[in-house]
Amino acid sequence: MGYTFHWHQALEALPAMLAGALVTVETALLSMVIGVACGIGLALARNSDNRLARGFATTWVETARNTPALFQIYMTYFGLGSLGIFIDSYPALLIGISFNNAGYLAETFRGGLRAVPPTQMRAARSLGMSAPQAFRLVVLPQLLRTVFHPLTNQMVWAILMTSLGVVVGLNTDLTGVTQELNVRTFRTFEFFAMAAVIYYAITKIVTLSARLVAARLFRY
Amino acid sequence: MIETDFSTTDLLFMLKGAGMTLTLTFWAMLGGTLLGLILGVLRAVSPWWINAALGAVLDVFRSIPLLIQFILANSIKSIIGLQVSAFEVACVMLALYTSAYCTEIVRAGVLAVPATTRRAGRSLGLTYWQDMRHIVFPIALRVSLPSWTGLTLGVLKDTSLVLWIGIVELLRASQVIVTRIQEPLLVLAICGLIYFLISFPISRLGAYLETRWREYD
Repeated sequence: MGYTFHWHQALEALPAMLAGALVTVETALLSMVIGVACGIGLALARNSDNRLARGFATTWVETARNTPALFQIYMTYFGLGSLGIFIDSYPALLIGISFNNAGYLAETFRGGLRAVPPTQMRAARSLGMSAPQAFRLVVLPQLLRTVFHPLTNQMVWAILMTSLGVVVGLNTDLTGVTQELNVRTFRTFEFFAMAAVIYYAITKIVTLSARLVAARLFRY
Repeated sequence: MIETDFSTTDLLFMLKGAGMTLTLTFWAMLGGTLLGLILGVLRAVSPWWINAALGAVLDVFRSIPLLIQFILANSIKSIIGLQVSAFEVACVMLALYTSAYCTEIVRAGVLAVPATTRRAGRSLGLTYWQDMRHIVFPIALRVSLPSWTGLTLGVLKDTSLVLWIGIVELLRASQVIVTRIQEPLLVLAICGLIYFLISFPISRLGAYLETRWREYD
């Protein structure tokens, strides 16, 4: 084995990599917010009577679920160029991941909405609650219970997906920063091993805190 | 008529890429399923400390981006001087990645078999392995197959990441053509269509099996 490890270089780069990790988490969170908003819209559209809305939502969901996330990012980065829309690698990544999140979350929300029977709403109204009260106190807690776990899973997926930004030339997120350091020093293994540890830590923090929140929220 | 430089040769090149995508998926699913079967059963029947240790190791594969796993695998290959191609590295890495997910699917399937059913089988004189083969396996298969088809779809899409270590699969092939003829929207649309045509039947099959088998519950 003619390879000497140089860990000190990787350790020196740790602050830069952690800054990249922050961008990664921010991007993932932002894409989740957009994904949840679009996902709810898509779930409602798929249940609606309007054929146009249903067709649009179905196309979105099926495309998001049946093509690779990297393809979706390529589509926004290279594909939109054909239409004269040239966007940077960061928005391309964000749009790509949000599109993907929305597609998967739409199915989650559709399942969640189906899990709360309409009779619950009627029962709550009969007991004298106003419609917003019934939604907040009866429907929402049950909806949250069914979608909470898939939502955390999707968050982990979103974090892992942000690493794809490097393929379209992003150099500010964790993988991008690492790749930049890598081409400068050729210490591929050391840098990417460090990045792997950071990714592992981030996903663990997310899943553990989600578990804590769930224990508090669903204590009954 | 819209003019295009996209030729039949380009389409053939992309189909060849799709062939590579399918080949990678095949080896990843074969290796991943075999390993996942062994590890999944092991996780379901072993004492808690083996179970916890195995779970922690497999969790690593699910907590790190696959792209980074490929890069690390490729650099480890160079560090220890293994004479293997990028294709083999990709297959092994994908198979390990797949096995991490498959283990959970198999484990959930085995644990879904009620203990009373198994005890009843043993009481009727079945040996441990007979019980495994005739009682646990058929029930666990029904529980796991829908998730397994879902995993196949996931792996099919994840194979696109191997372009980073220099393998020309469907997405990379499309990118090569885009660079040449400069018509990204058309080429990528065809690429997406091919992905869709491959994965849509698999997802329909999964949904069909799920509803069909639920009837007998």
